Amino acid sequence: MFDTKTYSSEVNQALCDYLLRLADSSLILGHRLSEWCGHGPILEQDIAMSNLALDLIGQARNWYQLAAQQAGLGQTEDDLAYLRDAPQYRNVLLVEQPNGDFGQTVMRQFLFDAYHYYLLQKLGQSADENIAAIAQKSLKEVTYHLKWSSEWVIRLGDGTEESQRRIQTALNNLWEFTGELSKPDQTDEILHAAGLVPDLRKIQADWQNRVLSVLTEATLQIPTRTWMQKGGKEGIHTEHLGYILAEMQFLQRAYPDCEW
Amino acid sequence: MMQTPDPQLLFDLKVAEEQRIEPKDWMPEPYRRTLIRQISQHAHSEIVGMLPEGNWITRAPSLRRKAVLLAKVQDEAGHGLYLYSAAETLGVSREQMIADLHSGKAKYSSIFNYPTLSWADMGAIGWLVDGAAIMNQVPLCRTSYGPYARAMVRICKEESFHQRQGYEIMMTLAKGSQEQKAMAQDALNRWWWPVLMMFGPKDDESPNTAQSMQWKIKRFSNDELRQKFVDATVPQAEYLDLTIPDPDLKWNEARGHYDFGAINWEEFWEVVKGNGPCNRQRLEARQKAHAEGEWVREAAMAYAKKRVMSYEL
Repeated sequence: MFDTKTYSSEVNQALCDYLLRLADSSLILGHRLSEWCGHGPILEQDIAMSNLALDLIGQARNWYQLAAQQAGLGQTEDDLAYLRDAPQYRNVLLVEQPNGDFGQTVMRQFLFDAYHYYLLQKLGQSADENIAAIAQKSLKEVTYHLKWSSEWVIRLGDGTEESQRRIQTALNNLWEFTGELSKPDQTDEILHAAGLVPDLRKIQADWQNRVLSVLTEATLQIPTRTWMQKGGKEGIHTEHLGYILAEMQFLQRAYPDCEW
Repeated sequence: MMQTPDPQLLFDLKVAEEQRIEPKDWMPEPYRRTLIRQISQHAHSEIVGMLPEGNWITRAPSLRRKAVLLAKVQDEAGHGLYLYSAAETLGVSREQMIADLHSGKAKYSSIFNYPTLSWADMGAIGWLVDGAAIMNQVPLCRTSYGPYARAMVRICKEESFHQRQGYEIMMTLAKGSQEQKAMAQDALNRWWWPVLMMFGPKDDESPNTAQSMQWKIKRFSNDELRQKFVDATVPQAEYLDLTIPDPDLKWNEARGHYDFGAINWEEFWEVVKGNGPCNRQRLEARQKAHAEGEWVREAAMAYAKKRVMSYEL
């Protein structure tokens, strides 16, 4: 249970929305990573991806619990995860993209981790103590995630001809989903003004520096395409999310109101 | 001058005195081969065993269940790793063991050739399959080969946690809605007999048992362990108010054990031969993961030859 603060209704509504964005992005990425369990390219990396997934699912649970309490509607973490449909989901589009080959999974992870890392760093200083506490705890985990994914991007980029081709393809395919990560909207603006969340534009600069430095070390080409997809934060998703939820929510939907 | 003692004699003495045989000690070749077969089979069972439960990670019905199931399947990968390492101390490489699994030369526990058809199967596997595995594995913590015994100490601790989480899933379902209870009963119906087969053929048809017991690799016979398992499990099923699918099951006052019905050994041997409901799918999944990971392993090797990874944040 959190000791939650009371905010104006405008701020509280934005805050609940924002907490769902954090929770949903972590859950959906954790879910995607969990699809690898038992199928990884090397036993050690199978275990590593399960670790990332477990961290992210744990973080999602913390954010959902805070969101539920902040909303004050008596919902549980599972109501939020299992009983909302795709248009109510607020995760960024990047995390719902399919695993593809290991290269695509690594690149998706890296592009998200670099954003997640700087975001959590700043959220760790939020004026809201609950947000700050969850962010600080999560940052410890995500620091390791970013190290893991950076190392694999470099290893695959600078490995063999085949691995470079694969990881470059992954970068080219995923690049268009990076725009919305650090593009502020009204929710971000309201909460930034209230001192609860950082200015996303500042994160954009850190993200870019980090991404450029790793991709350069990995001998990869930055895509020149600049048109970016968006919509995840408002609930307009790619076709993939519906299938993820159909699978994830199946038992709760087929047998409603049960204890599991 | 001292005479060099006969290595066979020394080995026999150590085994008789319950001392551990360590990797650098002399050991009879058949002992080494038996251990490689048994430990690698055990490692493969952990790895293939990830598949039936992995099948429900993305459909787990709550966030807590999802995290616990994922952690559990991940533990199995960890068990596979220690066991491959223990087998490597006997002079076989992980690569070779995996190649033997993929070619069908090495076996794994047949139980993983049965499908997981409902969420209740996650409960039944934890309760029954892990419960049977614990019966088999606890005595292995005292097995004569040191690295195997030490790996088993660690593994058994985690397995008993796995069994509890399985039983807890069954309890939740058994006291849930009618549909949930039916799901639990159905899972028990499907898993009961295959689980009894996990202990292996009857004692008089188990070719390796006598020698393994003499070497103190094995401590109890298949039938002894199977009886122990039935005796422990019947009251647990009663507590859940579920029915074990065996009309011949009843307490035998004179023996102080439960009597139980005949096991379908034809089915057992067919599954061992490769004709179980999922043998082909399980092996294909492992072969596919390995083949699709080849470029990743090659890239990691190529990079390691060029430079040492040292990325700091």
